[in-house]
Amino acid sequence: MNILTQPWPWYVTGPLIGLMVPLLLLTGNKAFGVSSNLRHICAACIPTKAEFFKYDWKSESWNLMFVFGVAIGGLLAGYFWQNPNPVQLTDAAISSMNEMGVKDYSGLVPQEIFSFKALLTVKGFLLLIVGGFFVGFGTRYAGGCTSGHAIMGMSNLQLPSLIATCCFFGGGVIMTWFVLPYIMKLPF
Amino acid sequence: MKNLKFILIGICFGIILVKAEVISWFRIQEMFRFQSFHMYGNIICAIVVGIISVWLIKKFKVKTFSGEEVKIAPKTFSKGNVIGGFMFGLGWAMTGACPGPLFALVGSGLLIVAVVLLSAVLGTYVYGIMKDKLPH
Repeated sequence: MNILTQPWPWYVTGPLIGLMVPLLLLTGNKAFGVSSNLRHICAACIPTKAEFFKYDWKSESWNLMFVFGVAIGGLLAGYFWQNPNPVQLTDAAISSMNEMGVKDYSGLVPQEIFSFKALLTVKGFLLLIVGGFFVGFGTRYAGGCTSGHAIMGMSNLQLPSLIATCCFFGGGVIMTWFVLPYIMKLPF
Repeated sequence: MKNLKFILIGICFGIILVKAEVISWFRIQEMFRFQSFHMYGNIICAIVVGIISVWLIKKFKVKTFSGEEVKIAPKTFSKGNVIGGFMFGLGWAMTGACPGPLFALVGSGLLIVAVVLLSAVLGTYVYGIMKDKLPH
């Protein structure tokens, strides 16, 4: 049963992630992508006059079912088959994160940030609420996320997806190197 | 239940995301600090397998399981790819999660991530109502 609780190496999981592309194409001519679901959720749940949310979201219900499945997969692999050991990070990464004040490496995410208690601090609000807002606003403005652009778009050799992916990394690197250390050190 | 197969594919994807640890805030930090090959290995392998798959499908005109011709909509360039992409990058480093992992993390029992997900839905909503005022 080790295979279920242990993490899998990148040379196994990477190709498996890539196989999502042909699997969805051949199953129903569907383009792999996750962030569109945030739009479908808006269209389905929020009454609005905005044209952007007036479309037949039900015709995209396959995608909502897909992410429902992703959550179930998360429940199976992340809860029932939870890895009992911490993530095997490099020493360099742990040392950098120690400097930012991260102490608990036992789970997949740092407890210092990912708790309802932290949500009431400026640090937690910025990272979880503002960060989440950027993810939702940014992916839709960019027309896709890591799945839709970096994997699906790049698989189909789309230049806009390459540009978007470079910008994802640009934003991530700038946040990580020049902003995040200050947010992490906020005392409240 | 024609959508049942998509739930099953989603379950597989969710399991892979967790087992790859790409849903870990720590792994995303490690990636953006260029301190490990782990995330790059995952992303590069995924893209290579994706490129080969799409090429094979086009080359041999592989049909879907129900016999349809495979069609992939091209992506058109907009300034949003740059501005929105950059914004998403900021959020990715802050939350340590892109949209797929958000769903997997909530499923794994981290209920706090549901707050991040709701905030992402709000972000998409705000984009939707101010879309016409933004450069594209």
